[in-house]
Amino acid sequence: MNQAIRSAWVVAIGMFALVLGSLTFVQFFQAEELTGNPWNSRQLYQEFGRQRGALLVDGRAIAESVPSSDQFNYRRVYNEPELYAHLTGYYSLSLGSSQLELAETEILSGTDSSLFYDRVVRLFSGVDAQGANVELTIDPEIQRLAFDLIPEGQRGSIVVLEPSTGNILAMVSKPTYDPNLLAGHDTGVIAENAAALSEQPGLSFYTNPATESLVSPGSVFKLIDAAAALESGRYDAESQIPNPPALEFPGIEYALPNFVAGGCASRPTADLEFALEQSCNTAFAQIALDLGEEAIQEQAARFGFGETFTIPTDVVASSFPSDLSEPELAQSSVGQFDTRVTPLQMAMVAAAIANDGQLMKPQLVKSIRAADLELIESPQPELMQQSVSQETADQLTDWMVNVVDNGTATGAQVPGVAVAGKTGTAEFSDVGDNAWFTGFAPADDPQVAISIVMENVDIPTGQQLTSPSAKRLIEAVLNR
Amino acid sequence: MSDVLTVPRSRRTIELFLLLLALAVAVGANYLAGIGREEPFGDYFWSQAITLGIMSLFIHVILRVKAKYADPVILPIVVALNGVGLAMIHRLDLSAAQVNPDFVQVAPQQVLWTAVAMGSAAILLIVLRDHRILRRFTYISLIVSAILLLLPLTPLGLEINGARIWISVGFGTFQPGEIAKITLAIFFAGYLSTNRDLILLAGKKIGPLQLPRFRDLAPMAAAWLVSIGVLIFQRDLGSSILFFGLFMVMIYVATSRVSWVLIGLAMIGVGVFVALELFSHVALRFDSWINAFAPEVYDRAPGGSAQVVQGLFGLANGGLIGTGLGAGRPDLVTYANSDMIIAALGEELGLIGVVAIVMLYVLLVSRGIRAALGTKDGFGKLLACGLSFTIALQCFVVIGGITRLIPLTGLTTPFMSAGGSSLLANWLIVALILLISETARRPAPSAPMKDSFPEALGVSGKPKKSAKETTR
Repeated sequence: MNQAIRSAWVVAIGMFALVLGSLTFVQFFQAEELTGNPWNSRQLYQEFGRQRGALLVDGRAIAESVPSSDQFNYRRVYNEPELYAHLTGYYSLSLGSSQLELAETEILSGTDSSLFYDRVVRLFSGVDAQGANVELTIDPEIQRLAFDLIPEGQRGSIVVLEPSTGNILAMVSKPTYDPNLLAGHDTGVIAENAAALSEQPGLSFYTNPATESLVSPGSVFKLIDAAAALESGRYDAESQIPNPPALEFPGIEYALPNFVAGGCASRPTADLEFALEQSCNTAFAQIALDLGEEAIQEQAARFGFGETFTIPTDVVASSFPSDLSEPELAQSSVGQFDTRVTPLQMAMVAAAIANDGQLMKPQLVKSIRAADLELIESPQPELMQQSVSQETADQLTDWMVNVVDNGTATGAQVPGVAVAGKTGTAEFSDVGDNAWFTGFAPADDPQVAISIVMENVDIPTGQQLTSPSAKRLIEAVLNR
Repeated sequence: MSDVLTVPRSRRTIELFLLLLALAVAVGANYLAGIGREEPFGDYFWSQAITLGIMSLFIHVILRVKAKYADPVILPIVVALNGVGLAMIHRLDLSAAQVNPDFVQVAPQQVLWTAVAMGSAAILLIVLRDHRILRRFTYISLIVSAILLLLPLTPLGLEINGARIWISVGFGTFQPGEIAKITLAIFFAGYLSTNRDLILLAGKKIGPLQLPRFRDLAPMAAAWLVSIGVLIFQRDLGSSILFFGLFMVMIYVATSRVSWVLIGLAMIGVGVFVALELFSHVALRFDSWINAFAPEVYDRAPGGSAQVVQGLFGLANGGLIGTGLGAGRPDLVTYANSDMIIAALGEELGLIGVVAIVMLYVLLVSRGIRAALGTKDGFGKLLACGLSFTIALQCFVVIGGITRLIPLTGLTTPFMSAGGSSLLANWLIVALILLISETARRPAPSAPMKDSFPEALGVSGKPKKSAKETTR
């Protein structure tokens, strides 16, 4: 009988050997593959279980993690969600994250290498790991004002920069959304909310229109033509440019007209000051045809066109088209055809002219602070490139002041302050026009550069929503 | 029958030392499980520590008095397993309470069950002087088994998650099948040790196989019927496998005939085939084993593979060294504190920790087998071997199921899973194995056996120095 008992023991040991083998297989050899499985939510839980840092505006949290009583330890909450939605983005269990939540995720989650020392200290002091906070350059009052200046239901963006530093004081877009809808812990509800948001006309909630939507600039692009003209050395304040009511091209039907109701018709030739003041298409088209496609392209590039960069969220590249026929070049040079810019790009053009031709890199982050608010890092103003010479910048400033004083942007006048500006209207036959204002103030000591775009509006509404809004913003910045 | 050499020393002091070690592991694990989630040294901490400490020392003292030659390793192993199980159940309670403040904690009840189970084991040790007495109850055991197995089918029975294996007793639920495991083992040990010679000598020989007579197949048929009956009427695949494994190993040990094992395996084959054809739940289990990672199988309800797949994720998350107690997410696995407790332990203690636990089972089973080898009576051999093998088989079915070696079946991990009936039954098994090991290790009298053993040991009750014996 004992021999049989020994055999039974051998079988038992064999069974144990099998389970030890399969445990080893699962926990050692298969572990990596299982950890990467899309159904494995443990990594997510770990990430979402940590207290994530806050996004701060003037010391107040616009996005923060608060303790939650569900299976995750914390819940992401957005304060004044619609005002800041396009800046914060969302931090979602099932949709991933976007905007600052994405760009600063290593800082916020505390895994960034700059927080290494902090982590070591926490390890030994036994305090739970915590992410660092990110403080924004945004001025909450300017941000709120800019937000209110875009009427509900209007699609548009406003960007307010500090020319000398590149700090972004306000950046708003409408339509907007509530990121709290995407930040819950119920993936079913998130999916429902995301589907509902996708239905909203004009809204793509995963992008920031001010940095990621490309729109036709219309006449504000003429600032770049004027800069190219001056930088070429072939034009100066005295140059007279033919200014016909319409520019015709040999062999084709198309003709590029000046704005019929505008002041351009009063002069058959124009100097640059007048052409800018009245925004004469034919004059600038002829400059572009004279200088050539490359010259315009190069000048645009020196203002930041053709380059993607981060602020630290992604900014898509604005573009001036290439391989153009003469009519196409003429149209492109007045901001039509395939010329596409982000609202931020046009604020950068104004800021570079304001800052003696020096283009400062736009920046959304003022400082990184540890959980106890101790300063860890503070990004310094960074020169992106010299866009135009100081002389060109001065000349352009004078002309832009003239535009506000006597030209198309009189709505932006602020008593006692020299405001420099340029308006634009990009025309589309089907959906209405894009109305633009870009400019800065005060002209002699620029404190603020502004870019405003209202999309799909009729011309009177567009004028009403651009230059006067610029005036309000300039006053607000100068009075803070 | 055997040539195992036994040194007749009591080794109770070694048991005490190992017991303190086991208690340190159990209480330490319980403390670590609560760190950062509750006040240290709370009520539960003390109730676990005191219950385990007092009850295990109580059993230790009983062994010193009543069965001083019992195996010294078994009790500490079981205390360690039970204690680590309690710690993990408590740790999972804390996670559940975090999500749902109204959650009724499982661990305090499990501590109560531990006290009941260890108390019952102690009473069994006191009341039952010698395991051979149980042989008198061979046929009574059969009747008791039948009653226990039929109880869930009476109006007392409860159906939970599709299996009808529970009955409701005043303060909660009970699985009579767990106790039936023991009574059936007693019946089979009694029946086979009595009729062994008859079964062995009769029958035709075909080639190398000695086939049993048809009438001697009766117990085998009974075993098969019980297993299939449990499967059909109670829908409990795990218990069914366990019962059949128990009968197989006992018949094999009684007869030493491979032919019996082959016949048994053939019958299992028929049973499995019939079950697959007839019962959707068995077929679904099979499918979610083979195709666990197919999306439609993963999400299927009921019978989806989400539980086993989540268990695998937990094990993978633990990796080699584990996340540490309280630092993983074993609560993501359904039934983490009962059927899937090995996945929870694997996640937080790592491969190293879970291998240590498996090694404890290996030792426990080996000591049980050792008792079977050492004891002189066929009844004791069959009983110890059958019960020990059952523990091994249960570990294999549970851990194999969790690691996807075999299909997952709902079975408890002995001593660790939450659940009172299983804990009670396993502690009773431990008491029986301890008693059998006592007869195995006790120095045999050199003179012809007298009325009682103590006299044979000499006047002082201590073994004679020269009493090195070869036991059979």
